[in-house]
This record gives sequence, C-alpha cells and structure tokens, in this order.
Amino acid sequence: MAKVTQIKPGASLFPAADNGRNPGTRFDLVPVRDVRINRSAIERRAATMSTRRTVKKDWQAAWLLHAVKTIDLTTLSGDDTVGTVKRLCAKARQPVQQQLLADLGLPDFKLHTGAVCVYHRFVSTAVEALAGSGIPVAAVSTGFPAGLTPFPLKIEEIKASVRDGAAEIDIVISREHVLTGNWRALYDEVKAFREACGPAHMKAIIATGELGTLKNIGRASMVCMQAGSDFIKTSTGKEPTNATIAGSLVMVRAIRQYYEQTGHKVGFKPAGGIRSAKQALDWLILMKEELGDEWLQPHLFRIGASALVNDVERQLEHYAYGRYASMQYQSLG
Amino acid sequence: MKVAQILKTLDYGPAPEAAKPALDWIAEHEGKFGIFINGKWRDPSSKEWFDSINPSNNKKLARIAQGSKKDVDDAVKAARAAFKGWSATPGHIRARYLYAIARQVQKHSRLFAVLETMDNGKPIRETRDIDIPLVARHFYHHAGWAQLADTEMRDYQPLGVVGQIIPWNFPLLMLSWKIAPALAMGNTVVLKPAELTSLTALLFAEICNSVGLPAGVVNIVTGDGKTGAAIVEHPGIDKIAFTGSTEVGRIIRRATAGTGKKLSLELGGKSPFIVFDDADLDSAVEGVVDAIWFNQGQVCCAGSRLLVQEGVAEKVYKKLRARMEKMRVGDPLDKGIDIGAIVDTNQLKQIQDKVARGVEEGATLMQPSWANALPAGGCYFPPTVLTNVGPASSVVQQEIFGPVLAAMTFRTPEEAVKLANNTRYGLAATIWSEDINLALDIATQIKAGTVWINSTNLLDAAAGFGGYRESGFGREGGKEGLYEYTKHSLPSPGSGGRAGDGGALSNSAKHKTLASTATSSQKALKTPANKGVPKTVAPTKVGAQVAFGSAVNIDRTAKMFIGGKQARPDGGLSINIYGPNKNLIGEVGAGNRKDIRNAVEAARAAANGWAKATAHNRAQVVYFMAENLAARAAEFASRLIQQTGCTQVSADAEVEASIAALFTAAAWADKYDGRIHGTPHRNVTLAMNEPMGVIGMLMPDDHPLLALATLAGTALAMGNAMVVVPSPKHPLSATDLYQVLETSDVPHGTFNIVTGERDELAKTLSEHDDVDSVWYAGTAEGQTAVQKASAGNMKRTWVLGLTGATGALPGVDEILREATQVKNVWVPYGA
Repeated sequence: MAKVTQIKPGASLFPAADNGRNPGTRFDLVPVRDVRINRSAIERRAATMSTRRTVKKDWQAAWLLHAVKTIDLTTLSGDDTVGTVKRLCAKARQPVQQQLLADLGLPDFKLHTGAVCVYHRFVSTAVEALAGSGIPVAAVSTGFPAGLTPFPLKIEEIKASVRDGAAEIDIVISREHVLTGNWRALYDEVKAFREACGPAHMKAIIATGELGTLKNIGRASMVCMQAGSDFIKTSTGKEPTNATIAGSLVMVRAIRQYYEQTGHKVGFKPAGGIRSAKQALDWLILMKEELGDEWLQPHLFRIGASALVNDVERQLEHYAYGRYASMQYQSLG
Repeated sequence: MKVAQILKTLDYGPAPEAAKPALDWIAEHEGKFGIFINGKWRDPSSKEWFDSINPSNNKKLARIAQGSKKDVDDAVKAARAAFKGWSATPGHIRARYLYAIARQVQKHSRLFAVLETMDNGKPIRETRDIDIPLVARHFYHHAGWAQLADTEMRDYQPLGVVGQIIPWNFPLLMLSWKIAPALAMGNTVVLKPAELTSLTALLFAEICNSVGLPAGVVNIVTGDGKTGAAIVEHPGIDKIAFTGSTEVGRIIRRATAGTGKKLSLELGGKSPFIVFDDADLDSAVEGVVDAIWFNQGQVCCAGSRLLVQEGVAEKVYKKLRARMEKMRVGDPLDKGIDIGAIVDTNQLKQIQDKVARGVEEGATLMQPSWANALPAGGCYFPPTVLTNVGPASSVVQQEIFGPVLAAMTFRTPEEAVKLANNTRYGLAATIWSEDINLALDIATQIKAGTVWINSTNLLDAAAGFGGYRESGFGREGGKEGLYEYTKHSLPSPGSGGRAGDGGALSNSAKHKTLASTATSSQKALKTPANKGVPKTVAPTKVGAQVAFGSAVNIDRTAKMFIGGKQARPDGGLSINIYGPNKNLIGEVGAGNRKDIRNAVEAARAAANGWAKATAHNRAQVVYFMAENLAARAAEFASRLIQQTGCTQVSADAEVEASIAALFTAAAWADKYDGRIHGTPHRNVTLAMNEPMGVIGMLMPDDHPLLALATLAGTALAMGNAMVVVPSPKHPLSATDLYQVLETSDVPHGTFNIVTGERDELAKTLSEHDDVDSVWYAGTAEGQTAVQKASAGNMKRTWVLGLTGATGALPGVDEILREATQVKNVWVPYGA
C-alpha cells in the first residue's frame, strides 16, 4: 500500500490550489452521502438538453473545430503497433486538412487534438511522434480497463508512464469499492494514484457502465475529486455501456457541486462510443449549459474518441463545400 | 472571418426554423379565413374580420372571421343535423376517423408547429416536441376509446351538440382535448378558438375535410368573446366545455345555470411547487424551468408558487439564479430559445403590472443579468423569481400567467401542505423529494386534480386532467374524461334526457330489487296536491293532534343534528309538518343561515379525518347504520306511512330498500377503486377517487328515507362530510335517523341534518365558500338559483328534479362519481 498523506488536524480542509490543479480535500463523507439523484428527472433533462440548444451554419463549423481541440485521440487496441500509433499521432497534428481550414477562412489556424491517448507500451512512441507539437500524451493506466492488477503494479505503471513522458494519466478506479460502498478505500486508492502521477494530470475513469446506479456515479465522482483528480472520466470504452448524457449530467453536476464547495475546478471527459459530430455537439452543449464556457476549454473538457475526428471533418467539408463528403478524401488516423 | 470569431466566444448563434410553410399556407388563403360550418368554408355573416398578430414581432399574420350569433346558430344547426348520423355511427368507424386525424396531424406536424409558434409566440421546440405530438397522441388515444365505446361505455350515450371554447395558451392541444373525446363518444361539435390564436384550428378544419369527416360533425366558428357568449347561450347546445380564466368560467356557470346544459370548466391555477430538503435539488431547479418557464409561464397548471424547505432555500435560490442566467429569451422560431413571446401586448402589460405591484408590496425581484436586453419589437418578458413574499402577497394569490415564480419557505411537511392548500385554486401541484413516504403523504393531502412527484407539467391523453376548487370541474383525458361527453343511457321517464338535470333515473340494474320495490311503493304514495312549502308557524299544540298510525304515539321533539349533537334551531322557530290528510304530525326546527353555517363548520372540521379513515372503517360505519336501521324498521315504516300515507307494504319495502342501499354504499366503500393510467413514461399515474369534501344535500320529497340512505349513505361511504337538508314535506324520517347515526359510530360532523325551507337553505349552502358541492333536488327555479350561486367558489352542483316527480333515484355509479373527484398522481420511478 502506498502511503497516503494525511492532512494534519487543524489544516485547512481545502488546501490552496496548485497551479489551478485540484489538490483534493480530505476525505469527507458528507457530500458523498448528500448526493441526491432522481433518475427520471436526470433522464428528462438529458433527453431535452440537445432539443433546447443547437448550433447551425457558421456556429456549427466553429463548434466542431473547437470539438477537435478537445479530443483525446485514442487508440487502445490489442493489435496496436508502433506504426499505427505513429499514424494516429500524425492525425493528431493535422486532424483537419489545412486546405479545408483555409476554405473555412482559417488559413493560419494551427488545429490539433487535445491529446493522444495510448497504452503505456506506446507512450514513448507517441512522445517522440508528437515532439514539438505541444500535444500531450495521455496513458491509460492502473490495470486498464478492469483495474484488477496488484496495487503496487498500478502505482509502478503510473510512474513508468510518467517517466516515459506521459503528461496525463487516465487511471481506472476499483469498481468494487463503489459497489460495496467502501468510499474510504476508493479515496485512498485514487489519492495514491494522484501522488504517483506527480506533475502529470490525472483523469479518474469511474466506469459509469459498471456502477449500477446514477447515484453511485455521483458518489464516486465526488470521492474521486476529493482524492485530487484533475479530471473525472466516464468510461474505458470497454464497458457494456459507454458514455451517456444522463451519466455525464450527474458527473458534471458533481463537478459543479465540488467547485461551489471548494473553489477547485475539475475537468470532465466523456469517452466511449462518441463517434459522430452531433454527439460531440451534445456534450459541448451539456458543458456550456451546466458548467459554463470555461468548461468548454481543453484544460477542463476532453472527449475520448478515435473515429470522431473523421465525422467532424466530413461535416466541415459539407459546410465548406455544400456537398456531402466521402471518407476516402480524409486521412486515416 | 466569422468562424474564427465564433471560435473565441462559442456562442450559440441563431438557428431559425423556416416560417415559409406557414406563410405559404396563409398565402394560399390570401391571408383571410372564413368560418367552417357543415364542412364548408364561408364568410361570416357579419362580414367582419379581425387581425391575428404574431406576438414575436407584432406583425399581422392573417385576417380572422368575426363569427356572429347567426353563424353560431347555423353551426349548431349543422351539428344537430350531423348528430343523428354521427352518434349512430359504429364506434369502430368513428375510431377510423379519429385515427385518420391523428395520422394527418403527424403528417403535417411541422406546418402545425410553425403555424402555432407564429400565431402564439411559444418556442418552436415546444410546438414541435410537445404541443403537436400531444395532439396526435390525444386523437390516437381517443380513437381507441371510440373503438371501445360499445363495450366500455355501453351504459352511456352521447350528449348531442357540444359547444367548446378554448384558450390561446395551447391552441391546437386544447382543441384536441375538446374534440377528440367529444367525437369519440358520438357528439358533434361547435368549437370557437381563442381570438388571438385561431389559425391552427382552421388548419385542423381542413384536415377534417381531408379525412372525409362527415359534414357538420366538427364546426369551427372564430370570433371574440361575443361569439363565445353566443355559443354559451345557445339553447340548442347540450354541453359547454370551456378552458380559460376562472373569471369567464364564472360567467359561463351563471349563464348556463338551470338550463340543463352539462358543463365542464378547466380554469385558472396557482399551483404549488414544493421542494423538500431531501430532493435532488438540481433536478428540482430544472423542474422549475419546466414548470414556470414553459410556454412563457402561460400555463394554467404552471407551478407558480415555489415552496422550499427553509434549510435549503438559499441554496435553491442560488441555483435558480444561475439557471435563469442560462435561459434564452427571443424569437420563438429559433430552435435554441427557451422562452418565446408573450401572447400579446395586453397580456404582457398585465404581467408587467402584476410584477410591479409585487415589488411595490416588498417582493425582491430576481431576474437574469440580461433581463433588460430583450429583443425589441415583440412581446417579451424575462424569467423572474420573486422572493420575500408571503401568502398575503398579491403575486402569491393571483394567477400571473407569465414566467414569474413567487417563492416562499416552509419548515415542516405539515406547513408545506398548509401553504400549498392556502389558495382558491386546485389545479395541480408538484412535489420534489427522494423520500417516497414523504412525497405520497403530501400528494394525498394536497387539494389538486393533478400531482406530479419529481416531475412537472407532464400531460397525457391517458390521464385525467382537471381542477379542484376554483380551478373548475370535470376531467379531460383518461376514462374519467369520457363521462364529460356522455350521459346514462336510460334517462328518466319524462326528463329531458340531459344528464345532470335529474328526472327519475331508475336506471340502475344494481338497484333492481330496490328499484322494483321502490317504484311500487312510489306509485302507492301519491302525495297530496298540497304544493306549498310549509310555512314557519307559531307553536301549536301538537300533542293534541290525533296521532296518525299506531307506532307514533308519543310526541317527539325533532331537533337538528349538527356536529354529532342534537341542536335546536338558531332562530328558535319551528315548522309544522302535516300528514297526507293535512293532519299535524310533528314539528321540525326552522333552520336558518346560521344553522347552515354551524353545520358546514362541523362538516369541514370532520371532513379531513373522515376522508383519511380507511375504506374498511367507513364501510363498517355504514353497515352499522344499516344494522341499526333494521333494528328500528317498524318505527321507520310507520313514520313513512304517517308522513306520506303510503301502504304498510310500500313503507316496509322502502325501509328494506334503504337498508339495502346502505349495504350497497358500504359495499362500494372499499371497492370504488381508482385506476393506474398507462401514460407513456416510466411511472405509475395513479387516478385516485378522493371524496369531494363537504357536500350540501337538499333531499327530494319522494322516498324520504330511501333518498337519504342512497344519496347521503353513498356520499358518507366515500368519505364525505355532509349537510343534509331533508325534504321539507317529509323531514321526519331524517330527524328520526339521527338516532341511528348516534348509535352507529358515525363520526361527529360527517352527517349533519338541518331542517327548514329548502330553497332558503339551498341558497346559503350554494353561496357558502366552504362547501365543495351541492346536490339539489327541487324546482327548476331552485336549480337555476343553486347553479348561479355556486359560481361564487365554483363549487360543483348536481341537480335532480325530484320534487314530487315520479321516478327512482340516480344509479349508484352516478352517485359515486358525484361523491368523488379524481386526482391523478404521477409517480416516476427509476433506481
């Protein structure tokens, strides 16, 4: 077990922010137990979120370009190789063809994705491929996706990825702690992960599809933020149910609650199953409506996706040229 | 470049829905519309038109015909002519028409949505996602009822020609709520849309023609209040269905009083929106958006009074402030708009004035930072919350009909209920709590026709919708709504055949044994020609009179019975009661308005507790009444003979029938179940039959004992508290009965008896603001007076023409319906 730093009695419950990062708080069950989730109401809000708001024409083009900036371009396949990872990194550098950007009136726009997300094995490959681009490399970690490897190995895995140059670590939580209501154990685990991350930003994947209830999603989110997560993230992409708007709504409301309570801003990352431009807009609308404009920016919002970029590009082409696009004109990632 | 600029702000930008389909449709009609009578379009006889205005820009949309009295007359004639064929059309064929209408509404949904938005000012999101889909749903659902009418409503028949007057807040949806059930049950219709929003009704008329609906089944006469008045006053109309303000509802109640027109009114509201400290507060705040910022707050059932538990009030206000900041007000055709335009400049002015008055009275105004930057040129008002208000504030008492929420706090569940019910209205209520025990407990205590738990403004064709108190009466939707458009199929001999105007109503097969015995007894007991109402007189020597019949040979002092105690009349006067041979047989107290006041007070005090008693408990009490009546059967039979001169056989039969009637009432106590409606949500929508409350009952002259047992017995069994005024002619069966009440554990105050002059006491009861319903058996003039006076608090009335008329009592199913009102409680669930 990694040693968990205990806050001394009398110390502030809410330590000063570290470069705007969420430093976490001491373990506090009150806000966890205070989570109230009415599933029907949540689902109603989720269902009407994108019927109340839409963006069209120039606005849609701008929002889609922005969406690209927030994508953690991801490959997490068993058959990944150095070659496929390099190809992905190239796509991250140039997710939309420069000519299209020029035709959209942005000839000098340096558009790239928010990050590239890979397994530890390919961190160094990606770091090298992305050198000079300013694009961070994110590594999934801690026995992704199930998170059932021995705890010391999880810590070691984080440290190894950070050593290899990962600037962001996407950890998975032990769902068991949530499902058995062992919030203290969850806090200790995530807190240890955060310490192992050091300077790297930590995204805590709570695996919404395996937590059983929206209430558990809300409670797990709260504990992960207390333990110092920089982001909370919906899914590994490997659970039976991926990111949903309803689950995301619970998470972003938890972020709002935590911010109001502590003054710390925690980011949000939906991941898994987000393939269409329309879906990306839905999540952007969710962020803008529930958390506000700052949470649209890549330091507080990422979309974990692989195929999404190509659909966005298709929509942008249609917008720019007025005719429907074909995938053969778009570079593979 | 634009895209580059937007990338910096990430604003939403405009997303306009095209107005063209609607403008094209209007242009096809050269911007001018006629009225729709007998399947044909024609100019109004007045040759007058008025403008329909788009409130989002105050520009003229079209010219609408001003329908005249003559036009209404022609429409009624057409509807009457069509009624014969339409009512005889098999249910399945009517179902096909309604189904076709539903399909047509869906096929033209975008045109309907855009047209509605332009005419009314409500956001296109709402017309597209809510109004028009609910319209189609209403026709589908009622196509089903038409299909099932022959079996499910086989004891009922259509009313005839129905006059329908609808409001401007949900123009096409309210049309569907009116027309679908009317047509399903075989009625024909003359409908007047609101003058501000006629266009979708006219498009609907075209759909009626396109599906080949027989001419005259639906007639649409546009116009203003005068046209509406012509419909209300038209003698050829059998029923008026109105949705609109309580003020106009009151006028209609008075205008139709005593005409025998059946009436359903869906009126105003000031519905409570209760947030407990264990609620999902973020979802509750979103509920506020759906409650009061839906349709610009121009919703009769809008949750306009926020009641929030004190401990979380500041938290909720803070969340509300943040949420309203995110709202978007503007062009209703924009797909990203939450609040569109108020319906017209008058309505806008009223909202502004009412809010200004609230602020003058000391309310704190909470509006978004951009509240002063609303779009120019249209009728816009920002989302608004008023805090620092109390039950006495004008903004808490009056319906504002705008996007304005008045917020108050409470400490305990009990106080929440008190505040929630502290209103003249009773249309709807919303309760937010994650504790199902708490939520259901509150739901049963709130006086409202619809209660939404952890949700709000959910509407569906399968659930009944309608008010308690001054929010009106009658239900729309669900099976309960069908009875508004039907009457019992076995009308009383000699009655006009209109449900509600009484007559004899010996309709109930369930009363077969008693009906046959009662009818024979009735024939036997022709009352003397003495029509005059007994006058109050100075005391006379009753004791000196020859006793009639052998059983009553000791003078008895018949007192009144109030709050479980025998009471002397306040005025200290008595009335002589004569037997059939004009022989003096006794005296009863001459009750006056103060006796009624006391009795109503006693009834009100008892009503709540009795309503909460278990059905089993209520049944036991009524069975016990029957038992004790049976023990005194001979005495009660003698009294009948003494009063009416009937034969021993008839008297015995009436006593037996009365005992049976009490058994029937007791039997129903735990069997008159509600329903669970199949609304399209993951929830249970519980349609609960709740007691009416306090009922004033003026008894018929015929069958003095059987009428008491049947009417009052049933109402008592259903959990009501009553003020019973016995027949002035034959009151002694009632005054004898209190000894039965006293020995039967009937809770004090639930069954009060005030003797006296019928119409005088009826007046006090009908005017009394704390009486929920008046059942009146009496003269035509009396019926008119009762219904006119009932408009004060919009109490329900049920008039029976039983003064000396032949015939039997209403069927028990009718009595059960009159003794109860349906409350729909929506309970969503989900782990």
